[in-house]
Amino acid sequence: MMWKQIISALRLLLLLTVVTGIVYPLAMTGVAQAVFPQKANGSLAYVNDKAVGSVLLGQNFTTAKYFHGRPSSAGTDGYDAAGSAASNLGPTSKKLEDTLKSNIEKIRSENQIDKNFSIPSDLVMASASGLDPDISPEAAYLQIQRIASARDIRENEIRELVISHIQHRQFGFLGTDRVNVLVLNMALDRLAGR
Amino acid sequence: MVTDVLLFIVFFALLLFMAWPLGSYMAKVYHGERTMFDTIFLPIEKTLYRLAGIDATQEMNWRQYASGLLIFNILGLAAVVAIQGLQAMLPWNPEGLAAVPFHLAFNTAVSFITNTNWQAYSGETTMSYFTQMTALTVQNFLSAATGMAAAVALVRGLARKNTKHIGNFWSDMVRSIIWILLPLSIVVSIVFMQQGVIQNLSPYVTVDTLEGGWQTIAMGPAASQEAIKLLGTNGGGFFNANSAHPFENPTPFSNLVQVLSIFLIPAAMVFMYGKMVQDRRQGYAILAAMLLLFTVCLGGIYASERYGNPIAEHSGVNEPANMEGKDIRFGINGSALFAAVTTAASCGAVNTMHDSLTPLGGMVTMLQMMLGEVIIGGVGAGFYGMMMYVMLTVFIVGLMVGRTPEYLGKKIEANEMKMVVIAILIPAIAILVGSAFSVMVDAGLAGLNNAGPHGFSEILYAFASAAGNNGSAFAGLSANTVYYNLMIAATMLIGRFGVIIPVLAIAGSLAEKRVSPPGTGTFPTTGSLFVLLLAGIVVMVGALTFLPALSLGPVIEHLLMLQGLTF
Repeated sequence: MMWKQIISALRLLLLLTVVTGIVYPLAMTGVAQAVFPQKANGSLAYVNDKAVGSVLLGQNFTTAKYFHGRPSSAGTDGYDAAGSAASNLGPTSKKLEDTLKSNIEKIRSENQIDKNFSIPSDLVMASASGLDPDISPEAAYLQIQRIASARDIRENEIRELVISHIQHRQFGFLGTDRVNVLVLNMALDRLAGR
Repeated sequence: MVTDVLLFIVFFALLLFMAWPLGSYMAKVYHGERTMFDTIFLPIEKTLYRLAGIDATQEMNWRQYASGLLIFNILGLAAVVAIQGLQAMLPWNPEGLAAVPFHLAFNTAVSFITNTNWQAYSGETTMSYFTQMTALTVQNFLSAATGMAAAVALVRGLARKNTKHIGNFWSDMVRSIIWILLPLSIVVSIVFMQQGVIQNLSPYVTVDTLEGGWQTIAMGPAASQEAIKLLGTNGGGFFNANSAHPFENPTPFSNLVQVLSIFLIPAAMVFMYGKMVQDRRQGYAILAAMLLLFTVCLGGIYASERYGNPIAEHSGVNEPANMEGKDIRFGINGSALFAAVTTAASCGAVNTMHDSLTPLGGMVTMLQMMLGEVIIGGVGAGFYGMMMYVMLTVFIVGLMVGRTPEYLGKKIEANEMKMVVIAILIPAIAILVGSAFSVMVDAGLAGLNNAGPHGFSEILYAFASAAGNNGSAFAGLSANTVYYNLMIAATMLIGRFGVIIPVLAIAGSLAEKRVSPPGTGTFPTTGSLFVLLLAGIVVMVGALTFLPALSLGPVIEHLLMLQGLTF
């Protein structure tokens, strides 16, 4: 009696594994590849037909001529898209306080910002995924002057570019206003290369 | 601020709007009544029974039901361990990921069969697509269905009289999957794919970045797992960053769908309960108590995160001053809502790193797990967990007025109360003893990422999460050690089956009882007085049990944070 039950249970487990673990995900993969091929394969962004990243994922930007994203704890150098991770530092962590102070110092010196000016928190605090593609509009505005002088473009032109790239709250109440850093930088390259 | 509250209101409205009809539908499914999907699902169901050699019409007593449940879960455990051990030899492993070490594989297997989805690994560097699909996605379904089956068995125990039978485990299991979880998952995964969640079997993609560096991008069948991860309140992310990862949760809208998916089935189960005992007000009362507690907890987390971290503010950043561990697209409101929902519902998916929450925000997430995951709670588990508190409430009221406690016309007697107390105390003991032991041994302290009181919070959170079968973490704790893998695995097993077995025993003994008509002295379990009493007793039991531990962690940390101290 007991054995019969175990054998039946084993057979049911196998059957349900086929249904929920093979048929279902493969069927969904089929639907995804047929209906949403671009999104299903990672929403890759292309320049001259070469993939340069995913519009959903942030990547490292360190040179003066590009907008910089948020600090990232993914991988050793940040923005490791095969190793998403956060700092997991608590609010009373000394390490967090020190990192924060040095990040603020770095932003201030890079962008020649006055000591009394507060920095948007997203630009100096690490994201949850380590791959956050966005920054706040304020964090973008603050970098305009630096980019303008590095690229020798008028500040106003860049400001207009930023404004046109702000993604507003979805349906007026979901999320916050934000700017996608990779998309903005690609537009910046196009603006400069004209 | 106004838009933040608007999000919460829309969330509640949509939740109730969808859970109500789903509850009615689920009642039909478990009664075996006709539904509009029978032409598709009935043949599938019958084929499964035939191929498995199962007689799904045979009614079971509670011992048979429990033994079926245990056998099925043990086999599932073995399968998940085996697949992880063999993944290097199995297909769909384009990255050539190696076999998972035994203690980690065991921890993961326990974690997924208990609906906890605690993850001591990171998905993109550890698990092949084959393992994600056939071991982890499968257990996302099976563990959810196990919880739903146990809850339905308890409902039958209450609804029936003078019988030993509480249903057929195989039938409850299969119907949960085929009629409820699978169709909902298909719909939700299509919504996710439309929003940008990936779904492929491709190798990882390496690109040359705009600045001339390179970036390797992890791929995989994420959307199909994402849907059931939330609908089944499992919570195990496809990627390490879980629902914070843009490939799992790409937009503010997908975020709203995620939080709704987490609460949908647990809330529907309460409506279902009302329908199955033929007194909908019984369900409304329980849901009201749950939502009352949830509103308070959500408010607490939101207020604390809005207030932010004064230490950060002092160093010179703008509000919102606690963006550490949060992604921008969700906003403070979308992050706080997710944190509140995932810990209320025993889900454990996160879009915000709880380790970096403010001390009081983090405390509320912990408290919701410590209360036994009864505020909405996991699929099935939340309902039967709350029913333990319902019986405790009825019992305490009975003592106060000096009458034999009754619920739905059934006398609640010593046998039931013993089981109730076991079900409530076992997870609590596991949390406190596990944490206390871990802070005394080197292996327990080795993995801390934070010093000071926050370090203690990391350990306390781990055991609360494991015992509540939540699965989220203060993830700074390096839990992939032999010590933690085994300790946490044991805690998850205790927290799951230490509750399910007493619940089924109660179901069995209630089913056998007679129903006496309500008299003048019967305490009504539908009014607002009952709602308040129930919520009050949940809070009181939780507070009495956990206040000392919480004082040593988040409470002290909050006070030190206000003084600007760091560790």
